[in-house]
Amino acid sequence: MLNYTFHWNQAFKALPQMLDGALVTLQIALLSMVIGLALALTLTAFRLSGNRILSGFATTWVEIARNTPALFQIYMAHFGLGNFGIHLSPYTALLVGIAFNNAGYLAENFRGALKAIPDTQARAGRSLGMTPVQAFRLIVLPQMLRIAFLPVTNQMVWAILMTSLGVTVGMNTDLAGITQELNARSFRTFEFFALAAVIYYIIAKLVTLAARLLAARMFRY
Amino acid sequence: MFDTTLSWNDLAFLAQGAAMTLAVTAVSVTAGTLLGIIFGVLRVQLGALWAAPLTFVLDIFRSVPLLIQLVLGNAIQAIAKLGWAPFTTSCVVLSLYTAAYCSEIIRGGIEAVPATTRRAARSLGMTWWQDMRYIVAPLATRVSLPAWIGLTLGVMKDSALVLWLGLIELLRASQILVTRLQEPLFILLICGVIYFVISFPIARFGGYLEKRWSPND
Amino acid sequence: MIEIKDVRKSFSTLEVLKGINLTVNKGEVVTIIGGSGSGKSTLLTCINGLEPINAGQITIDGTVVHAKDTDLNKLRRKVGIVFQQWNAFPHLTVLENVMLAPRKVLGLSKEKAEEIAVKQLTHVGLREKLTVYPNRMSGGQQQRMAIARALAMSPEYMLFDEVTSALDPMLVGEVLDTLKMLAEEGMTMICVTHEMAFARDVSDRVAFFHHGVMTEIGTPDQLFGAPQHPDTQAFLASVR
Repeated sequence: MLNYTFHWNQAFKALPQMLDGALVTLQIALLSMVIGLALALTLTAFRLSGNRILSGFATTWVEIARNTPALFQIYMAHFGLGNFGIHLSPYTALLVGIAFNNAGYLAENFRGALKAIPDTQARAGRSLGMTPVQAFRLIVLPQMLRIAFLPVTNQMVWAILMTSLGVTVGMNTDLAGITQELNARSFRTFEFFALAAVIYYIIAKLVTLAARLLAARMFRY
Repeated sequence: MFDTTLSWNDLAFLAQGAAMTLAVTAVSVTAGTLLGIIFGVLRVQLGALWAAPLTFVLDIFRSVPLLIQLVLGNAIQAIAKLGWAPFTTSCVVLSLYTAAYCSEIIRGGIEAVPATTRRAARSLGMTWWQDMRYIVAPLATRVSLPAWIGLTLGVMKDSALVLWLGLIELLRASQILVTRLQEPLFILLICGVIYFVISFPIARFGGYLEKRWSPND
Repeated sequence: MIEIKDVRKSFSTLEVLKGINLTVNKGEVVTIIGGSGSGKSTLLTCINGLEPINAGQITIDGTVVHAKDTDLNKLRRKVGIVFQQWNAFPHLTVLENVMLAPRKVLGLSKEKAEEIAVKQLTHVGLREKLTVYPNRMSGGQQQRMAIARALAMSPEYMLFDEVTSALDPMLVGEVLDTLKMLAEEGMTMICVTHEMAFARDVSDRVAFFHHGVMTEIGTPDQLFGAPQHPDTQAFLASVR
């Protein structure tokens, strides 16, 4: 019925190349998470600041990140910033886009986590003579990070999946980009992309596993 | 403010793109939800062990980038000589993608119904079907609906990726205009506003439902 | 010495303290009794500046609590408070819970803080629980940990806000015993409580609060034996 001959050899020969791409994928995902976490903490601080302009800025960021496609955000970084004379390389545009998206979703996760911590915790800290900053940093923040840990892990997996979008703005060094180049040269689309899918799957599972192990070490209560 | 060459024809072109986005989303979410309910109920009924193969397959759709899934789906239909149009292929892949997430939501909703409540229903002489229909479904819906709304919006946003198969949906339509008119920021802003206007009110409504129905509040 | 003068406090339109006057001397144990909503717990949170006041003045050893230039963080080192909800820090072990403030607020070395923490935890009978996380302990144990946590700051005054109200009846005794021990050691204490036997046992003076007014204060014998005010009489009759 199917007169299609699979050519897996060709795909397997390209495996080292694709694994190099997987490293780039992981690198972008990790970088975007580090930047995203830092931005999300800043946005959370803005939202808690009580300053209208700062919290309005943070809320706008969060809502745009959550209510437009990630691909749109990457397009904005790649094409949209051109209007301001800023021309980002595919790599940078991808990183900026994903970091923007991460920051929005993570800030929303942090907000939910903060709601779950009773006010009395900070109050107990204050009653021991802590400054508001100390009470937040020593009492509230560690608990917030624990509650937010699972959503943060999910966002990391999302970040890995989102890196594949780079290929649409000409990224050719990550896993999706390399796979697409190999495909363009050989037209063995199914074989190459199936192999890429397996690699993505393994990365996602390894990251989830690593996060679980990390959580078990970090949170013993 | 913007000195633009954007014409009414171009705006109509964007609207067509938006219509395509909504069409792909509507078809995929409808089919995906039906499949997701079947898979979700199956997973609960079979138990973790017997459902493991199904759970594994569904998990793949959540662990592989959608873009890769779309390319693979297209490759498979080509190999199998199904002769599907990009629209069909896109909807099939997005439906399975939606079903994978939806089954997770449905399973969570059913498992949130306390076993004691279900036992009470059965002890009144209700059949499995009656228990599902009158007890589990209404309670599970409360838990699942906010998440399902989130999923629907997620699929709407993710549907932008079908541009890779050549479908001219909202984002691709914007990109075509950008290339032609060389006004990237302005056109992308319009595109973003359209996405936002569709997504934001529904997301707010979902958040409201979640808050209102949350048992702890 | 804690001096409370004409203190008034409102939550929006509801006045919960309507001019309270009370002086607590060094070494004295004062308990405050009264129905719920009488303002007794609010008074405690005003004393250590967790709540602002609308009128009047509270001074602790001459420092005006609600003055603008008062360093509340410094003042609170002197005035420990333990709440009805013990507010254990769930992410820290029992030892870490108690060590945290001495290290970060007083700036003590890790060794010194640990020494103090172990001493205080031993004092309240939790020597065996140092490496345990709070959620593995009973409410009574967590409440005793909260007491040790406050004591580790070497406070000169301790405020106890219905510390046994959220506990299972069988766990109340162990916490009250800890408070009695502190009272006998000469700690200056203000206790808001519903435990009449305890109030009678440990207090130098007992105050009765009713709808934001301190209607009566006196020695335990006076207040429990021969209450003067009809509200006090009615309250005591209801709890007996």
